Amino acid sequence: MTDIAHLKTELSAEITAANDLKSLDDIRVTVLGKKGRITALMKTLGKMDPEERKTTGQALNVLKDEIADLIKSQERALKKQEMDARLTTEVADITLDTRPAPKGSIHPISQTIEELVSIFGAMGFQVAEGPDIEDDWHNFTALNFPPGHPAREMQDTFFLPTDPEESDPERAKKLLRTHTSSVQIRHMVETMKTSTPPIKTICFGRTYRSDFDMTHTPMFHQMECLYVDKGVTMAHLKGCLTDFVRAFFKLDDLPVRFRPSFFPFVEPGAEVDIGYTKDAKGGIKLGAAKDPADQKWMEILGSGMVHPNVLKNCGIDPDEYQGFAFGMGIERATMLKYGIPDLRTFFESDVRWLEHYGFDPLKRPNSAQR
Amino acid sequence: MKFTLSWLSRHLDTNASLEEISETLTAIGLEVEEIIDNAATYAPFTVACVEKAEKHPDADKLQICTVKTASGTQQIVCGAPNARAGMKGIFAPEGTYIPGLDVTLKKASIRGVESCGMLVSEKEMELSDEHKGIIEVDDKYEIGTPMAEVFGLDDPVIDIALTPNRADCAGVYGIARDLAAAGLGSLKELDIPNVGGSFASSIDVAIEDDGCAQFLGREIKGIKNCASPAWLQHLLKAVGLRPISALVDITNFINLDHARPLHVYDVDKVSGNLVVRATKNGESFDALNDKSYTVNDGAIGIYDDSGLLGLGGIVGGVSSGCTDATTSVFLEAAYFDPARIARTGRDLGVTSDARYRFERGVDPEFTVQGLELATHLILEICGGEASQIVSAGAAPKWQREIDYDPAYLKQLIGLDVSADRQKQILEDLGFHVNCDDGFTIHPPSWRGDVFGKADIAEEVIRIVGFDDIPGVSVTSGISNPLPAETPLLAKSRAARAAMAARGLQECVTWSFLSKDEAIAFGANDNAIKALTLQNAISSEMDVMRPSILPNLIAAARRNAARGFADVALCEVGPVFNSPRPDGQASVAAGIRSGAYSARNWSDSNASRDVDLFDAKADCLAALEAAGAPAATAQVTRDAAEYFHPGRSGAIRLGKNILAQFGEIHPSILEEFDVKGPVVGFEIFLENIPEPKRKGTEKPFLALPPLQALSRDFAFLVDDSVDAKDIVKSAMAADKKLISGASVFDVYTGKGVEDGQKSVALNVTIQPIDESLKDEQIEAIMQAVIDLVGKKTGGILRG
Repeated sequence: MTDIAHLKTELSAEITAANDLKSLDDIRVTVLGKKGRITALMKTLGKMDPEERKTTGQALNVLKDEIADLIKSQERALKKQEMDARLTTEVADITLDTRPAPKGSIHPISQTIEELVSIFGAMGFQVAEGPDIEDDWHNFTALNFPPGHPAREMQDTFFLPTDPEESDPERAKKLLRTHTSSVQIRHMVETMKTSTPPIKTICFGRTYRSDFDMTHTPMFHQMECLYVDKGVTMAHLKGCLTDFVRAFFKLDDLPVRFRPSFFPFVEPGAEVDIGYTKDAKGGIKLGAAKDPADQKWMEILGSGMVHPNVLKNCGIDPDEYQGFAFGMGIERATMLKYGIPDLRTFFESDVRWLEHYGFDPLKRPNSAQR
Repeated sequence: MKFTLSWLSRHLDTNASLEEISETLTAIGLEVEEIIDNAATYAPFTVACVEKAEKHPDADKLQICTVKTASGTQQIVCGAPNARAGMKGIFAPEGTYIPGLDVTLKKASIRGVESCGMLVSEKEMELSDEHKGIIEVDDKYEIGTPMAEVFGLDDPVIDIALTPNRADCAGVYGIARDLAAAGLGSLKELDIPNVGGSFASSIDVAIEDDGCAQFLGREIKGIKNCASPAWLQHLLKAVGLRPISALVDITNFINLDHARPLHVYDVDKVSGNLVVRATKNGESFDALNDKSYTVNDGAIGIYDDSGLLGLGGIVGGVSSGCTDATTSVFLEAAYFDPARIARTGRDLGVTSDARYRFERGVDPEFTVQGLELATHLILEICGGEASQIVSAGAAPKWQREIDYDPAYLKQLIGLDVSADRQKQILEDLGFHVNCDDGFTIHPPSWRGDVFGKADIAEEVIRIVGFDDIPGVSVTSGISNPLPAETPLLAKSRAARAAMAARGLQECVTWSFLSKDEAIAFGANDNAIKALTLQNAISSEMDVMRPSILPNLIAAARRNAARGFADVALCEVGPVFNSPRPDGQASVAAGIRSGAYSARNWSDSNASRDVDLFDAKADCLAALEAAGAPAATAQVTRDAAEYFHPGRSGAIRLGKNILAQFGEIHPSILEEFDVKGPVVGFEIFLENIPEPKRKGTEKPFLALPPLQALSRDFAFLVDDSVDAKDIVKSAMAADKKLISGASVFDVYTGKGVEDGQKSVALNVTIQPIDESLKDEQIEAIMQAVIDLVGKKTGGILRG
């Protein structure tokens, strides 16, 4: 037995002295291999008497397990040592840029339109669509612009050649819509073919006027909102618009002012102003002024109660139904909300501008979020 | 529409401040655009007296003046030759901003002598260009009198943005009436003189065109067409009109005061009588605005025996115009048809104060009154003797009756206003109200814009004030709301997000482009003809676009010129095939140009050129997002001609083309002057089928627990064989166990004969019920080789 104890001490010293994996493996072979020292001792058991064989056998098995464990733990220690040594040489310059990832953006006009859909969607409005190339009837006549009325001159209309196959001259006269109000007409006419109010729609799109300078572009975008039903009053218009501008600009106390104005397709008509103040540098800050004397107003949209003639033109009885409508320039609202100074830059496709003013495609407007 | 506060006071008795007046105007629908209050601008400048003027010891042309001002005696150094003891001038103390010099005065030492403030010239005050000397003021003004008072500049000018419906407020009197109705004072009674007339006019009038309903006039002889009196000149100047002569100024004044245009003819220059007649094409005349006009058929002309004198209600002619030498004048007051005036004015491009009012509709019952008011002023200012009035026609019918229930206000506006209050407001505005069972309302002659009950409600509520209307929120009111988006809008949004997520920057470009660009991108002759703007801003943007791509390519060129040649741009918007509503389609398009991405230390391949597979990937991602079955759609070789013929494709479902992609045709890049490569794609959003309503459930997926294995093959095939066919054949070799196949290499060159290519394929085999034995795997591989060989002629490379 003392031999075994002695052997254990000897082998343990050899194993812990092994300083690389190769010499450790050599030790393993000379001790536990087929011709190894412990294996050789095991082979002597057969010649022993049963009693001795039992005790020696047990002791040898214990020794074998202990030595095997010892080799394993020494192996782990050596491997760790080796890895630690390797890792000290593996030092990256962590300040280097990462590999380029796709970096696209959503145009601010699309962003605003998605925001509007989200806000009005929550109020129960649904989107309607209509063509950019309109005719005189949908763009003017149905909207209560009498022929030759100066109101038609308020807008510099782009005209297209007359449609030779259309017999009604007002429908043959093709033009680029000057406002999205024409979509109201199409939507009401279409609805009345199969159904009745409530009509509760919003629409968006490109609109066109022949004007190109610092503050006008020949193409721009509008949104339009229309709500026709029994008992829809100007109080609803006021409530809806106030709720909308406050939600859009994310200012719960944004002052909103309604004042009488004129658009042929509404009666009464109102222009809507929102309140702002000017800071010392002349910058604009939307919101209520601390001192009412400092409160300034800017026009943001036009609105009103749908003119009875417009309802009639679309086959709706104005004695039974009434409603409100409003329209807003999308660029202007976007410029105000996001601090974009120049209208023309919206259409220049300058990648520096798109990167700066564009929006993350993964963060889309959602009425459930603020 | 501009007027001054003193002008308003001629008609309105009020104690209201300028600020109250301004706020009320805006609140009742007469939006104040600007108030020019010169009294405030000129407040620091006051009358001062030079007590002593001595020569400056060190400067020949300067004097040292001792000036008595409202704030004590000051010493100033002055260079003006007219500065002298005893004179009165206008003094500006230190700290004052001098508009004509654009400086703020500081105490200064001029050649060693202290100078505090200055005496100003007219030019320094921006009153005129006069700069020979300082302003001299009449001795009657006391020291300290505000300069604005001396020069009559203390009359604030109010500019309102008049909406086209309010013709009545194109005259100061109408504005005063609205303000009085809004409770801001009382309207002064209008005193219309009845001049009568002592002789028969030497000129008679006749109407031969229904564009003129009524034509009145009278001669006034023995007049002297002098300069207008100061009060009249002041009012006209304040609103931006140049005083010309009393006769012209008086007609302008009545026009602005009562929205009643008038015209004056020199009797000695008119031959025979005046006749209103429709013009004939080609007739011409020299107009009083220093221009010559050649008219079309159907304008409203005023003729004498010599021919066309001028255009009624728009602009008069030089040949019959009044001058300083005029001694006998014919004064015209007529009613012209608004639509005819508008059309002629627009056709000829004439803007005038008369046209502005006639086309909006002047008060048909103020023709005689306007004539009498003007006659009275002419007699007062120019002397002379008036004839009896000559007339033709009659005022057009304007009377209307409107039934109105006062309860309608609450119904339309959502605000209770008592019937009494409503009646009072309407009467203050000049409406005649009969109360019986509801109101029977007769609008006044000057309110041609009021037709129905909604118009009446507007009159009431604008005077009550929109601020009083309560706000009532609009809620969805639906327990299970329908989606706000249309299917098309949903597709557009999803495609946009997918494109941006792949690195494309969304643009918004014009819906129009040049004819050449339209032709290059597939517009045929008919489309060009039907889609060309008749009044385009420039030939660069005069045709509605058949494709978004040319605009994006042009955007890439502009960016390259700014130093950004490698761009990835996209747009979602309309394209046009015809002017009909169904000729418009919604397209999502994108391009990439130059290098795929910026050079990067980690990847030498990162800055490779873009190629058609980038466009294909963008296209498939956007299609997938928009709900198209992109994976199963066919890819065919028939993309539009503006793509490279060999490096482009179309993605279709049957005959429905969903999209096309590829390299842009090199000849187009040359034409656009763009350095390639440029690849692009377009997705036709309407062609993507609507998702089926129920289709939210995904098919069952079995996940076999056994390990999949993969085997590589390389086939030699003819160059013309499509990779897709090899993949399809390999997949078909064992439809149960082969779960995937993809091409990982395509090789031509050494070791491969000309006209052939080597396509390397990785095939994945997924055991399902049991592990596969070697023989079974061998059998599957052989089946792949056999089927690919049979379908594509591919031979396994040794």
